[in-house]
Amino acid sequence: MDSPLNSDAIGSAAKRREKFAGNALDHVQAAGWGRGLNTIWRITRMALRHPWQVSFAIGSTFIAASLQLLIPVLLGRAVDQTQTVVTGGSAGSAAETALLVTALLLLATSVARGIFTMFQNYFSESVGHHTGYELRLAVYEKIQRLSFSFHDKVHSGDLITVGMLDLEGVRMFFSTGLVRIFLLGVLIGVGAYLLLSTDPMLGFLALSFVPFVAWRSSVAQIRLRLTWRELQERLSVLTRIMDENLGGIRVVRAFAAQAYEMAKFDKASKFALDLAHSRVGIRVRNTSAMTFSFFVAMGLVLLVGGNKVVAGEITVGTLTTFLTFMTILQMPVRQLGMMVNAFARASTCGGRLFALLDLDIAVKDKPGAKPLAVTDGIVRFDNVTFKYPDAPEKTVLRNISFEARRGQTVGIVGPPGSGKSTIAHLLPRFYDVAEGAITVDGQDIRDVTLASLRQAVTVVQQDSFLFTTTIENNIAYGDPWAQEQRVERASESAQLHNYVLGLPQGYTTVVGERGVSLSGGQRQRLSIARTLMLHPSIMVLDDSTAAIDAATEQRIRHAMRDYAKDRVTLIIAHRLSSLMHADLILFIENGEIVERGTHDELLAKGGRYRALYDLQVRPGDGILEIAGKTDNG
Amino acid sequence: MAEELEAERNDIRDDGRRPPRATVGSYRVEEEMFGKVFDGKVLGRIWQFVRPYKIQMFIAVAAVLIFTGTQLLIPLIVRYAIDNGMTPTGIDQNALLISVGLFAIVILINYAASFVQESVVGKAAENVLFDMRRAMFSHLQRVSLSFMDKTEVGRLMSRLQGDVNSMQEFLETSVLSVGDIALLFGIVFVMLWLDFSLGLLTLSVLPVLFIVRIFWLPRARKAFMAAHEANSVTNGALAEAIHGVRAVQSMDRQHVNFTLYNDKATANLRAHLTASKYAQVMVPIVDSLTGLAMAMVVVIGGSMVLNRGLDVGVMVAFLFYIQRFFDPIRSLTLQYSVMQRAMASGQRITEVMDVRVDITDAEDAEELSPDMDGSVSFRNVSFGYELNQPVLKNVSFEVKPGETVALVGPTGSGKSSAMALIHRFYDVQSGQILVGGKDVRSVTQDSLGQQVAMVLQEPFLFTGTVFENIRYHKADASRETVIEAAKAVGAHDFIMALPDGYDSELDERGGNLSLGQRQLISFARALVADAKILVLDEATANIDSYTEMLIQKALVKLLEGRTGLVIAHRLATIRGADRIIVLQNGEVMETGNHDQLIAAKGLYSKLYNLNYASFDDIPESALAEARAAQSAT
Repeated sequence: MDSPLNSDAIGSAAKRREKFAGNALDHVQAAGWGRGLNTIWRITRMALRHPWQVSFAIGSTFIAASLQLLIPVLLGRAVDQTQTVVTGGSAGSAAETALLVTALLLLATSVARGIFTMFQNYFSESVGHHTGYELRLAVYEKIQRLSFSFHDKVHSGDLITVGMLDLEGVRMFFSTGLVRIFLLGVLIGVGAYLLLSTDPMLGFLALSFVPFVAWRSSVAQIRLRLTWRELQERLSVLTRIMDENLGGIRVVRAFAAQAYEMAKFDKASKFALDLAHSRVGIRVRNTSAMTFSFFVAMGLVLLVGGNKVVAGEITVGTLTTFLTFMTILQMPVRQLGMMVNAFARASTCGGRLFALLDLDIAVKDKPGAKPLAVTDGIVRFDNVTFKYPDAPEKTVLRNISFEARRGQTVGIVGPPGSGKSTIAHLLPRFYDVAEGAITVDGQDIRDVTLASLRQAVTVVQQDSFLFTTTIENNIAYGDPWAQEQRVERASESAQLHNYVLGLPQGYTTVVGERGVSLSGGQRQRLSIARTLMLHPSIMVLDDSTAAIDAATEQRIRHAMRDYAKDRVTLIIAHRLSSLMHADLILFIENGEIVERGTHDELLAKGGRYRALYDLQVRPGDGILEIAGKTDNG
Repeated sequence: MAEELEAERNDIRDDGRRPPRATVGSYRVEEEMFGKVFDGKVLGRIWQFVRPYKIQMFIAVAAVLIFTGTQLLIPLIVRYAIDNGMTPTGIDQNALLISVGLFAIVILINYAASFVQESVVGKAAENVLFDMRRAMFSHLQRVSLSFMDKTEVGRLMSRLQGDVNSMQEFLETSVLSVGDIALLFGIVFVMLWLDFSLGLLTLSVLPVLFIVRIFWLPRARKAFMAAHEANSVTNGALAEAIHGVRAVQSMDRQHVNFTLYNDKATANLRAHLTASKYAQVMVPIVDSLTGLAMAMVVVIGGSMVLNRGLDVGVMVAFLFYIQRFFDPIRSLTLQYSVMQRAMASGQRITEVMDVRVDITDAEDAEELSPDMDGSVSFRNVSFGYELNQPVLKNVSFEVKPGETVALVGPTGSGKSSAMALIHRFYDVQSGQILVGGKDVRSVTQDSLGQQVAMVLQEPFLFTGTVFENIRYHKADASRETVIEAAKAVGAHDFIMALPDGYDSELDERGGNLSLGQRQLISFARALVADAKILVLDEATANIDSYTEMLIQKALVKLLEGRTGLVIAHRLATIRGADRIIVLQNGEVMETGNHDQLIAAKGLYSKLYNLNYASFDDIPESALAEARAAQSAT
């Protein structure tokens, strides 16, 4: 065994990511230049929504660049002024006055250039920040509104990338891309005109490094950008390996797999390091070549210009102008690559970002939707059939019909994957039904506003999300104005109160990703408490007591008795004791209702429900017996 | 209940007040960003990692110095060309050619030096970074679990990534700052050497910039930090919205959250605009000082040239140097922050590397032979995580080869600790544990790990394929072995139902599988490990009855022909065991099989007679009663 690793244990993660990358947000990349230009134009239009700042930025850029061009000219003049006197020998004071004027002009030009450069940078960054701000809000709003079907499909990591990195790429575009075009345009354009009109030959030499450096720096930047993405991929594999190792350290230790884990780490680490090295190579080869070409051009100017000075064709001052002009031009020309990169980055990042912003929201208010008016509290499923929008060949629910009214409880039970939870997701319109209809008091839920529907229907999820905030604020998540007593009362009913009191900081203990972590059962109790803060007409418990022991669950049910009186309750569970008391029990298998009735009716029937009951209610028989029994049918 | 709140329970009040309990995101600055500028201990530690690259570092520093030297030489050559090759007083074609020749040599050296410097520094810094991360990671594989229990994975990850990265920045820039210092001193020296009084005068602007920057830096840094932090805060809120989108939509918090996010995004915008102001205000200052220095050279240097006190070439050289001499000051002051950050990071890295490794193989540790009999015995074992808080008190018991023993007892009775000791996750405080007749401290941890397989309560799966997860570190396990194991535990069917069967990629932590399925995979993993002894912590969470049945069957399979120690929660499992050990408060209360214990009418029979399906379901109150009854008898 040469290597303990599967040949592409490392590469497989990257492959997996590619699979995700094939999502709705990425199709833009394949669409080529036309789309890229569209994106750039759209970003530019966003910037133009701040016309004053944009004009200030661009105006300042013109002024600053022109002033910068003046400096070599002034320096050349100063050198010449010293020379004229030396050669001509006229009155010293006049010459000194001339020098003083040049010096003052230099000082004034420098100060002014500094100030306008400041304005240029500040206003162009400001435009970027404002655009970034607007995009942030748009992305946030969009992500909040996009339906479950979208979030099922798209990896949260990819969304975070769009919302953070891609947004950054778009935000930077104005200052690093657009404004720089103007800066370089003036510097190179006007500069070239000045030099070439002074001395075509020398001007040509002085500018000879520009195309080379521009090309090298663009190539280098683009290659660095491409390898950067690749490097991030490789580093994220390394991160994942470390993260899983530390998170699963007990497994690693239990299997004495440290050596295996180190080998896995080393392989991923080397994979990333190799690329990091080759990136250093790309960077270095290009920067040294750029510097070299610049100096070669300078040497040529010195040689040819020197000869011209000797021949009396130009003055030393003019030569100085040429040389200093070159030093001024060097930095911006090197940055040309950054500009090209800014365009490339903005076009791909913007492509993904706008693809997200332009997505159609699957579940939304119909035009003219009215708020839901709950009167009698009758919920009806009328021949409901459901398929996931991106897997239309698979029917998840078929012809589901039932009715429940205020105060009633419907229990839904069935094997894993039978479609039970989907029913819970259809009521608040997390997804829309494919056929049939769900009505509340006769109103099709697709005809009412989402906000009113979701206030009327609350689902207690199987795996509830904890926000990183205090326990009390988590409980009051749906009612952030709630008084403390109400929070505590809900927590008591959910049998969470005693646990919370046992925590050092009680209700102000921070939980969630960056706080105390709660066990599955505690999370579910918190989730129930959250629901008790709200006043829905319809409450759906989606396997929300699975991690709570039976005794506690019974106490919760008892405490919730009054609460349930005023609403319709749907209980989805695999533990029969959770739903035995329901007014109607539906047994779902493969998306269809195969048995329905009350507990007693279903037991008497002797079908699937009965079999499940037998399995659950007689636990004392010992594993061997149970295992044997089910084997035989 | 306050029904009038209903309408606006979830909204911003008309007066613009935000709901008191509503927050979005949770970014907190948890760590000191800046340390002392210079910390000898930390530097010593860093040096250990740099030492293997001593030669490279030496070459790099040499190259940097050569590079700096060539940069200093170029204006001098220009000066020589002007003064000796072009002045009308001494036109000398040779001098011009000599200077161009010199120029060519210098720029070739410059090219080579810049290439060597950057590639050597860049690669060496990457190497050091990867070495450092590896050393830390490898150390974490050996530190005691009690450290890992206490430390958040996220915290360790930020050491392995953020801190290591800031070390890289430090390493790269410190070599370059050697160049900066050399350049600064070089320019000062050359200017003074060319013309002492003019040099002194021109250099007088340098301290001005120093002073300005000293005042500017702390304020600017605060503004930059604030912007950085505001960015993290906003991004944190976005990440939360993405992860918690289902909860947000079910509780209809979109509107409130958007408003709160807008608050954060606005603060972020302001912070960035402020930071931008701070960054840009330096531009006109530097430009003005440059202008001032040039003006002085023009006026004073110019008049010296007029009075033949100075060669015009010197004046040109001065103008060249002035354009460069603010660069090193700028980078050196930035280096200060880099140093501080690196010291703070280095401090934290050192902390991790200094965590003591409590459990190591004894000098004369032997391999635990796979032919050992598989017996386990506890002899007067006492153990605690803290010295004066014993978790196990003088515990003794024997497990015969091939026997299945269930450990039973209320939470906190010491069951899990006893299990962890068999694997030597921790060392006993007194007494000893023998596996196959050998003290666990006298055998190598690796060989012990190969003979003692563990199945943890929370199944932990790694990213990768199902196949890789079942095989885990057993590289020599064939596909057949893996499939056989999966069939034996009843996982084969659902694995085959996955899109790519055994080659299906698992999501992070096996997120695309149910808890029960993950459990079965972890069983298969233990089966492939094929150890003599199996230690199993039964899951407490409720699993749907169908999978539960599979698990019970798998358990039988898993324990076949092995010594089994099971922390059992389910009565079915407990009754199936050969022997039951009842623990309470770290002491063995009773042992015997089910019938014997029932007959003994001790704690076990009391608990059993409470008639709960699982010992974990027994409410605290009933448990206390049973205990009281027990101690009374």
